[in-house]
Amino acid sequence: MEKKKTFTTRSKEETLRYGERLGENIHRPVTVLMYGDLGAGKTTFTQGLAKGLGITRVITSPTFTIMKMYRGRVPLVHIDAYRLEGVSQDLGFEEYLEEPDGVTVVEWPMFIEEYLPENALEITVTADEEGTRTWSVNAKGEAEEHLLKEWLG
Amino acid sequence: MNDEIILAIESSCDETACAILKNGEELLSNIVSSQINVHTEFGGVVPEVASRLHVENISYVISSALKEANVRMEDVDAITYTQGPGLIGSLHVGVLAAKTLGYVYHKPLVPVHHLAGHIYANEYIAPLRFPLLALVVSGGHTELVVMEDDFRFEIVGTTHDDAIGEAYDKVARVLGLGYPGGPKIDKLAKEGKPVYPLPKVHTENPLDFSFSGLKSAVIQSLGRIERKGEVLNTADMACSFQEAALLEIRDRIREAIEIYQPKHFVAAGGVAANSRLRELIREECEKHAEMTYTIPPMWCCTDNAAMIAKAGWHAYKLGVRGDLFDGPDPGLELESYDAGKENA
Repeated sequence: MEKKKTFTTRSKEETLRYGERLGENIHRPVTVLMYGDLGAGKTTFTQGLAKGLGITRVITSPTFTIMKMYRGRVPLVHIDAYRLEGVSQDLGFEEYLEEPDGVTVVEWPMFIEEYLPENALEITVTADEEGTRTWSVNAKGEAEEHLLKEWLG
Repeated sequence: MNDEIILAIESSCDETACAILKNGEELLSNIVSSQINVHTEFGGVVPEVASRLHVENISYVISSALKEANVRMEDVDAITYTQGPGLIGSLHVGVLAAKTLGYVYHKPLVPVHHLAGHIYANEYIAPLRFPLLALVVSGGHTELVVMEDDFRFEIVGTTHDDAIGEAYDKVARVLGLGYPGGPKIDKLAKEGKPVYPLPKVHTENPLDFSFSGLKSAVIQSLGRIERKGEVLNTADMACSFQEAALLEIRDRIREAIEIYQPKHFVAAGGVAANSRLRELIREECEKHAEMTYTIPPMWCCTDNAAMIAKAGWHAYKLGVRGDLFDGPDPGLELESYDAGKENA
């Protein structure tokens, strides 16, 4: 099975749709790691994903509180490690990374590398000068590869 | 009449804090274990979110608050604490401390919503008049709240993505200004002009906010300047961003005053310390002679336990009670907290 896929989006709406389709295809616990610069569209993508999970509440950036939780068809834990650069002990939410109950999305995962599970869907986004986003997806794990196929064909 | 003493604990995010309030008015002590020096030491953004740090601080802030107030635990009438929203690990420490004290000393527990605390902090400056319109702006919040009466909250506007303080911090970072970004941009903006074009935000609900697009626009604009080999005027960019962001807030306030005709407008949260925002609020509020407005001093704006004590005092008087089975609620909603009161 293919482990890597790439797609591009040219608007916020398109990014939301790709996220939503991923969410619709999720039926078991999974960790999604989102790599990309400030303003690349990570939170926007997660908003779409949440919609696909049947979450009706507004998904806002978790940067300040580090973690936000939402109830849906599948629960969503949205973690943003942006402010954790340099922190390396006792976060108080390790269990959400070790054994996710639903979907755990992590933005800026490089700042909590030692807590990340081996199996995950890794998504890296880059924005070019016109604002076109390129999304590279890497599936680590069998279930993740299966999910990637369901999502992007 | 016997004095009524409230002990308040706040640990929803970066700060561990404890305060003692007498008879709802006299703040006897207000201890905050602020770690801002740790943040700047790492050149960025290291928060005191690690639960262990809260654990280390909590006993210290509680005993310091009691000592400074010259109050014994036996004299306390109720313990109030922030139940949410916030980071679960951080909240846990404060909630557990409150419940332990409540259990050992047989004191009633009063859970409080963090935002209610921010709004009630204004009571240290002026009595609240209803209907009231509150703007809560901080690193984690951007909200317009209408209150028809004590502890009746309606969120009429909120951000769709980033909080305003977060947008400030992130823009400051890409401009190379360091942390915390709010005061740095505020200061630098005074030396600049709003010459860089940035988009105006449109939201479906005219009272809602969105700052993510503005943040991206600043980043894209910086990229363009670099590609063209132009020289960035950092002060002008700081000013352009600040004007775009704060005029958005000003417009929402204007609209909300128009719709809700409040008797009192209050500002709250750390970003309420921004000098340009204070200026814009003053200009806007001065137009409404029949409406009073409060822009609190800095100590009232940032996270502390004094504000939880104030809100907790009212909640205590209104009969709000928690019990030993209540845990922290990281996603606690202000409006459901309000409804909780009616069941109390």
